[in-house]
Amino acid sequence: MPTYTMRVFRGDPGGGEFKDYRVETGEGMVVLDVIHRIQATEAPDLACRWNCKAGKCGSCSAEINGKPRLMCMTRMNLFEEGETISVAPIRTFPLIRDLVTDVSYNYEKAKQVPPLRLKPPDPDGKYRMMQEDVDRAQEFHKCIECFLCQDVCHVIRDHEEHKPKFAGPRFFIKIAGLAMHPLDTVDRTKWVGTHAGVGLCNITKCCTEVCPEHIHITDNGIIPMKERMADNVDPVVWLLRKFRGAKGKQPA
Amino acid sequence: MIREVLKDQRGHVRAAARPPIAAAHLRKDAWWALPLTTFVVLTAFIIYSTWAALQNAHYYVAPYLSPFYSPCISKSCVHSTFGYGLPDMTFPVIGVLSPAFLILWGPGLFRLTCYYYRKAYYRSFWLAPAACAVRDVKGGYSGETRFPLIVQNFHRYAWYVAVIFIVLLTWDALLAFRFPDPRGGTQFGIGIGTLVMWINVIFLAGYTFSCHSCRHVCGGHVDVFSKTPARSSLWHVLTRLNEKHPTFAWLSLFSVGLTDLYIRLVSMGIIRDLRIL
Ligand code: SF4
Ligand code: SF4
Ligand code: FES
Ligand code: FES
Repeated sequence: MPTYTMRVFRGDPGGGEFKDYRVETGEGMVVLDVIHRIQATEAPDLACRWNCKAGKCGSCSAEINGKPRLMCMTRMNLFEEGETISVAPIRTFPLIRDLVTDVSYNYEKAKQVPPLRLKPPDPDGKYRMMQEDVDRAQEFHKCIECFLCQDVCHVIRDHEEHKPKFAGPRFFIKIAGLAMHPLDTVDRTKWVGTHAGVGLCNITKCCTEVCPEHIHITDNGIIPMKERMADNVDPVVWLLRKFRGAKGKQPA
Repeated sequence: MIREVLKDQRGHVRAAARPPIAAAHLRKDAWWALPLTTFVVLTAFIIYSTWAALQNAHYYVAPYLSPFYSPCISKSCVHSTFGYGLPDMTFPVIGVLSPAFLILWGPGLFRLTCYYYRKAYYRSFWLAPAACAVRDVKGGYSGETRFPLIVQNFHRYAWYVAVIFIVLLTWDALLAFRFPDPRGGTQFGIGIGTLVMWINVIFLAGYTFSCHSCRHVCGGHVDVFSKTPARSSLWHVLTRLNEKHPTFAWLSLFSVGLTDLYIRLVSMGIIRDLRIL
């Protein structure tokens, strides 16, 4: 059976270091299995967060060989036999212990997103939407809130000072999904700039690169929001809106 | 809640500190290869196109016109098709520089503000970030919130201009079928140069119409697709095309440079243009 050296971060906010563990792996094992094996054999106090082991709960986010990934979806046969593999906590958020970080920043950001405000219902009191009207936003609903995109985003990863004013890619797609909602009445185009800091994003696409759900965060969420902001200063759009009638959305 | 429980169990207040890991990154792969390649290719293109634009010569050999010098906007332009009735540009600066600089700002700005190229040069020139999960080189960062980078948000104006260039370059490619007849006048023909010019215009059109601004302006702005079937269909087509935008960005960069080079070499007599028809 192939053996690897797992270089796992151990520590708490007071300090820490990488510790090496030699682990023998079996057929089909993933990094999370190896972490569990370390817990079972050498380090029962090694802290890690996980739930589903199926890439669906978004709990086991870590940085494996420096790349933000889900531990449960990273197969060991991705690595060369005998390789030293580093496993670190996601570095953008405060450390609790070992591989566990405090991701409450994201929950705070979630609370700030202006919620859906529905149009009045049809005369029979029902709401109707066509499938083709919601197809576009469906992609964003695949999000498992693993926050790997938030972790990798250099705006907050490398510039802590932007955290208060930057919502991050996970919430840009949430905002985009609401903005594209066929029944919504809130205009989020100004808000996304002033309160969510979309202007800080330089569309370098790392969020898209790491998303385990393969959501096109930048192309289908962030860029369309930047374009919707540009609509507000485009005289051609202004003229067309005058001609066709305004969209009737109220600013957030 | 969780915060409180954890705090109590551990008996100490958790500091809001990040994992104490000093390394700028822990990546082991060749993450630097892509930004380095991008840097080299883009720098080479900038050097070549600036040099070619400064030449003000060898940009036309009947019936081919280099895309760097189209459209003809000066009386002194050697490309006679468009040359009549135009002013003689003799502004001090323009007189010194070549008319190519009056043209290249359009496509230049289009590429400079392109969402894809922004990604490419922010990574390879700005190193913000050079690669994912690799620390930004510079400390301060304001993204695209301040001048000059805030201007990137006006990319769609550059797109409007770029569409005009596609019309002009298509016209040039059509003229590339009209060869001078030794008996006087012109005759229909196809040369390697004709094909080169058509490939270039197809790649450039692919690049221009796969643009994110184009996708937005043509349909992406709509919230209720079922009420706008034409824009909805257009958006779906442009979305497929948009997925190929990076490919077209590179193909058209090479094709535009190589088309100029081909016409330049033929015009200088270094290579001969083969007539197919
Ligand atoms: S594309 Fe924007 S939001 Fe996504 S990681 Fe890059 S800077 Fe952050
Ligand atoms: S968008 Fe993707 S990377 Fe970001 S939290 Fe959702 S699933 Fe994770
Ligand atoms: S354990 Fe649920 S996503 Fe990995
Ligand atoms: S040309 Fe690249 S996004 Fe517009």
